[in-house]
Amino acid sequence: MNILVCIKQVPGSNKVEVDPVTGVLKRNSADAKLNPYDLYALETGLRLREQYGGTVDVLTMGPPQAKAILYEAFAMGADRGALITDRKFGGADVLATSYTLSQGIKRFGAFDLILCGLQTTDGDTAQVGPELSEQLDIPCVCNVRQIKEVQDKSIHVVMEMSEDMEDLQVAFPCLLTVQKDIYEPRLPSYKKAKATCERPIETYTLTDMDDTDEKHYGLSGSPTQVQRIFPPEVHKAQEKWQGDGQELAERLYQLLKQQKFIV
Amino acid sequence: MMEYNQVTEADLAVLAGFVDRERLLFGDEINEEYSHDELTSERVYPSLVARVVSTEEVSKLMAYANEHHIAVTPRGAGTGLVGAAVAVERGLMIDTTLMNHVLELDEENLTLTVEPGLLLMELRSYVEERGFYYPPDPGEKSATIGGNISTNAGGMTAVKYGVTRDYVRGLEVVLADGTVLQLGGKVVKNSSGYDLKDMIIGSEGTLAFVTKAILKLLPLPKKNVSLLVPFPTLEQAIGTVPLIIKSKSVPTAIEFMEREVILDAEEFLGRKFPDNQADAYLLLKFDGNTMEEIASYYDDTAQICLDQGAIDILIADTEERSAPVWKTRGAFLEAIKASTSMMDEVDVVVPRSRVNDFVEFVHQLRQDIGIRIKSFGHAGDGNLHVYILRDDLSDEKWRELMRLAMKRMYAKARELQGQVSGEHGIGLVKRPYLKESLPEASLVLMRGIKQVFDPNNILNPHKVCQM
Repeated sequence: MNILVCIKQVPGSNKVEVDPVTGVLKRNSADAKLNPYDLYALETGLRLREQYGGTVDVLTMGPPQAKAILYEAFAMGADRGALITDRKFGGADVLATSYTLSQGIKRFGAFDLILCGLQTTDGDTAQVGPELSEQLDIPCVCNVRQIKEVQDKSIHVVMEMSEDMEDLQVAFPCLLTVQKDIYEPRLPSYKKAKATCERPIETYTLTDMDDTDEKHYGLSGSPTQVQRIFPPEVHKAQEKWQGDGQELAERLYQLLKQQKFIV
Repeated sequence: MMEYNQVTEADLAVLAGFVDRERLLFGDEINEEYSHDELTSERVYPSLVARVVSTEEVSKLMAYANEHHIAVTPRGAGTGLVGAAVAVERGLMIDTTLMNHVLELDEENLTLTVEPGLLLMELRSYVEERGFYYPPDPGEKSATIGGNISTNAGGMTAVKYGVTRDYVRGLEVVLADGTVLQLGGKVVKNSSGYDLKDMIIGSEGTLAFVTKAILKLLPLPKKNVSLLVPFPTLEQAIGTVPLIIKSKSVPTAIEFMEREVILDAEEFLGRKFPDNQADAYLLLKFDGNTMEEIASYYDDTAQICLDQGAIDILIADTEERSAPVWKTRGAFLEAIKASTSMMDEVDVVVPRSRVNDFVEFVHQLRQDIGIRIKSFGHAGDGNLHVYILRDDLSDEKWRELMRLAMKRMYAKARELQGQVSGEHGIGLVKRPYLKESLPEASLVLMRGIKQVFDPNNILNPHKVCQM
């Protein structure tokens, strides 16, 4: 099985500063990291490879320094890496990003399974995965919480819905976005990092794509108009319950059940 | 020895003049938790619990107790492991948990002044949010700082940063007769006579009652990286530690852990550890201001580990990677506790070069006497935590085997030139082992000091050096 994991470099801290004048996120490459949600996607790929064989390749789009996360993925066990980078890809919204990724994937290889993290910690839209599947015209399942079995031509997964779980059998090729905690992500290996630190990475720019029309990429390919970017308000919700033990226990049980900590 | 008086209804009426009646718990109002600490099986209810909010209240209570010969037991969050907060003579228990305020952050002197009931986790988050660092890092984050001072708690960062005593600049204490005394202060140096502050630290509430502490802070290191190092055997893992120390590398922590304890923690936490390829691990942490600086520290260490047979070096370089590892490490005590019916612990400290000898001895011991024993600990500072588990042993058999195991372990620690307790203290239950391990002259001095501080012996009697 040939697996591709899409990963992204995001700011290293949750406390991202926003330039008050331009409203643009202040990105500091010295303090960047692999999107935490993508760790679960990568771990899922590596586990599937361990169990069923095949390859796990990684792809990212970003500035040249985003190569760092491809090497990080190698240190976790990924096979090949590709970077999509071009100034003309900058300022892309969800539509342009997923289109660019789909173009890059066509260059990078043929994959049975594409895995994405649920969302990123900087954009938080959770839309690039499903939109990428549209661009590639393959089926997509989001919020995958468990992989039950891989068969010759399909994969059996459990999707988490707001109220319940849904069992699905999806034909290859397909795209899955996986939930946090589907597996505990492994740590990068020092030995693997040393062994792969000079592994070549494929780099794709606009001229490498099938579609070289600039209008389909970056800011000019993005119908989304950003009016303003601002940090979200921080809510620390706290509830205080009072009552007798029986009543509180019942309430706590219902809450845990609702939050799916217990079945 | 004169018998202690208990708190009567008449006393209560007087004491309610010092402390609001609603913060005094008398008789049936006393919750079960006040009868014991975290681990020891000793259970004694005090006759009164006072939930104090000020130094003045403590002073008045102490003066009264001293005058009426009522035993006083200080209590923080009750997370102690050696029975120091068990009110053996009943009497008055003074609970500090409402005295839990940060009083002052002095950025010019790099000090933090706190009340004793502030929880360690609250203290840490308060200073870290402001870019400062209070390094002592005992596993039990819900302990109070007063409790940490009373036991001179150490924790995982001792290998680089030292223990609680190294971060206490000054104390406000209430003496047994109610006198309020300031010891030390915000000064960095102090050669002004005997260091009474240092004597109070680690005295487990037997010399004076701590009502305020001035703590030393450091600038918060901007970055940290943890290395999880899987080894084929525990012997190889621990054998590597002296080489790391010798290499002049400066990790903030070097912990050792075994697969079986990790499995307990996985079950306890309901989440998987990020690695399962080995039976033994070292866990190291490095801090610094940039990732490059830290990588320059750990490169040599990584090579030493590989040369000693490490399977790999796993790098936890972000919060989401290091959190599950340290969360698991932090849960060991509770996880082991949950895996058995009852347990007792040994907290010996041995020279760092002898940790392997002690761990091997413990492995052999569990086979020799046929009892389940689990261990983990601070390989970097020689402080081991060994837990003897009761499981389904009968009362009689449990006591017999536990005593035998304890006796042999403390004897081994002495042979290796170690000490009875690295950080948990002596309290009530480790006194016999302290007696066996220290020269009589030391114990005589300790008892003399106790006599000078507390002539009527009302402060936490029967603890530490009082056999």
